[in-house]
Amino acid sequence: MSQEHFFFPDPEGQVPTPTGYFGAFGGKFIPEALVAAVDEVAAEYEKAKADPAFAAELDELMANYTGRPSALTEVPRFAEHAGGARVFLKREDLNHTGSHKINNVLGQALLTKRMGKTRVIAETGAGQHGVATATACALFGLECTIYMGEVDTKRQALNVARMRMLGAEVIAVKSGSRTLKDAINEAFRDWVANVDRTHYLFGTVAGPHPFPALVRDFHRVIGVEARRQLLERTGRLPDAALACVGGGSNAMGLFHAFLPDTGVRLIGCEPGGHGVETGEHAATLTQGTPGILHGSRSYVLQDEDGQITEPYSISAGLDYPGIGPEHSYLKDIGRAEYRAVTDDEAMQALRLLSRTEGIIPAIESAHALAGALETGRELGPDGLLLVNLSGRGDKDMDTAARYFGLYDTTDEGAN
Amino acid sequence: MAGNAELLNSVLAAAKAEHRAALVGYLPAGFPTVADGVRAITTMLDGGCDIVEVGLPHSDPVLDGPVIQTADDIALRGGVKITDVIETVREAHRISGAPILCMTYWNPVDRYGVARFAADLAEAGGAGCILPDLPVEESDEWRKAAQEHGLATVFVVAPSSRDERLAKITAAGTGFVYAASLMGVTGTRESVGHEARQLVDRTRAVTDLPVCVGLGVSNAQQAAEVARFADGVIVGSAFVKRLLDAPDLETGLAAVRTLAGELAEGVRKRG
Repeated sequence: MSQEHFFFPDPEGQVPTPTGYFGAFGGKFIPEALVAAVDEVAAEYEKAKADPAFAAELDELMANYTGRPSALTEVPRFAEHAGGARVFLKREDLNHTGSHKINNVLGQALLTKRMGKTRVIAETGAGQHGVATATACALFGLECTIYMGEVDTKRQALNVARMRMLGAEVIAVKSGSRTLKDAINEAFRDWVANVDRTHYLFGTVAGPHPFPALVRDFHRVIGVEARRQLLERTGRLPDAALACVGGGSNAMGLFHAFLPDTGVRLIGCEPGGHGVETGEHAATLTQGTPGILHGSRSYVLQDEDGQITEPYSISAGLDYPGIGPEHSYLKDIGRAEYRAVTDDEAMQALRLLSRTEGIIPAIESAHALAGALETGRELGPDGLLLVNLSGRGDKDMDTAARYFGLYDTTDEGAN
Repeated sequence: MAGNAELLNSVLAAAKAEHRAALVGYLPAGFPTVADGVRAITTMLDGGCDIVEVGLPHSDPVLDGPVIQTADDIALRGGVKITDVIETVREAHRISGAPILCMTYWNPVDRYGVARFAADLAEAGGAGCILPDLPVEESDEWRKAAQEHGLATVFVVAPSSRDERLAKITAAGTGFVYAASLMGVTGTRESVGHEARQLVDRTRAVTDLPVCVGLGVSNAQQAAEVARFADGVIVGSAFVKRLLDAPDLETGLAAVRTLAGELAEGVRKRG
């Protein structure tokens, strides 16, 4: 069979441990009512990994539905602003549905079918995971309910319309900070009540074991492809690979294939919001402390009583006070580094890429671009950077137009 | 100072000796304020509850329905701290002499310090703790601390728990077993179904611990129904709702007392 392969479960098999630990992080902190369901997901995934038919079906979808492999684009005009370093973008924005999220969603949708479940629920922040999930549910004929914080349904209205067009029910969550964290809380409440026929298609490398490893595995293709493409194009590995981190899925997908390449710096760009010194941010790894949120131990933003503090970011997809446990592990062992990028830095990078290269990135991905500008200046003209362009910016045009004053003042949109 | 795990055991045993189920009430600490929360809890006990669970309000109560979420929000906006929760346990026990447990998500305990939390809860006269998002597999540190300080470790079992898990969970638990009557979050329900009875029967097959049923029970009739097959009936959201719905605190407390009285009759009727 000449079919190209896109499913690369971690061949090392060393982390996590059988109980889901990456060093001190991870585990499975869930109510008893969900233990059977989560164990079923883990067991089904192990069976699927060993079944060539599963990989073949996923490969076919990745190639002919998603459009993999995704392109690797060099961006020289943008790179002039990054100290003259060479910059390559891994174009996950060109995947069907417009982001990396589809990689994980198709894998889990196939698992859902294998488990015989007929209903899928998911959380979404920016709407990219929700759109990808609604897409897969349409494709496979599954009932679909998406939970989204009310704040996010407003700032990402386009994606709400896309999900509804695809036949999904979108529920605006009005509890807590009304953002991604609260959408996950509500999805868990739904899952506890409807677990018999429902799969919770978790959207990032967080949550209880096996989700951090499972979601990572479905996204490993990003780094595997980019590593090969960059070697073909430049004959060497990058000095640094950069990605934005909210929950951490696109970053883990990019980073993982480079873990053994110790000369490659792995840099995660966290949402610094209005600046970490203001307290209005979602920079979990640089500002948080270890705790338990949404089923696993990892860094979280919390007060001294273990209450989760409300995060802030201009980017709905990064506006989350937790982080996948493997990122916490990579931080603590020093294999990856994490830096905060402010709203303003991200928005400037968004405009710069748009104007120099004709590529409008998602605000999430613009955090990684801002990190690349800074890293490139540190490295100078000999530097080689790989950046994960995790999603496209169409959904963010209202936010960007307001930020940059792009609406005509007489327009309806300017109110 | 050791916690009151033994007091919990003796109160459950006394109810059994009276051929009735025990009545367990739940209210979060700090709701509507710390001081008034203590009044509400002691009112539940005065009205007929045998045991109380004091909730530790959390920012992310993923196992709670809208009623308890609202109460938690009110308590947290009022600035309730873990130390206030422990003081609430202390006051409720001092005034009533009843066994008082704490019910909390795991992160606040983890953050406060597991050994420190167990020591402080025991010192305040607490009888034990229910940790609904701490599966038995992750509970070693907690069980060690609880045992050292004389606190009961109450674990939750669910209709989805397979028999081999029921055996594992109940082997790790002390005090009683919390049987979730249904698959879902906290909140009142129209009826408590067959799932609860089946779960209690399956649980009894693997343990001699008392089995108390929670989730969904809100009135005397349901309490009587559950009391026919369980050792205890746990009621939470219905009490919280009495306070939320009342025009003022005194009316709310009166409604709490009335409900506790009705439920106490219910657990003695056994259907």
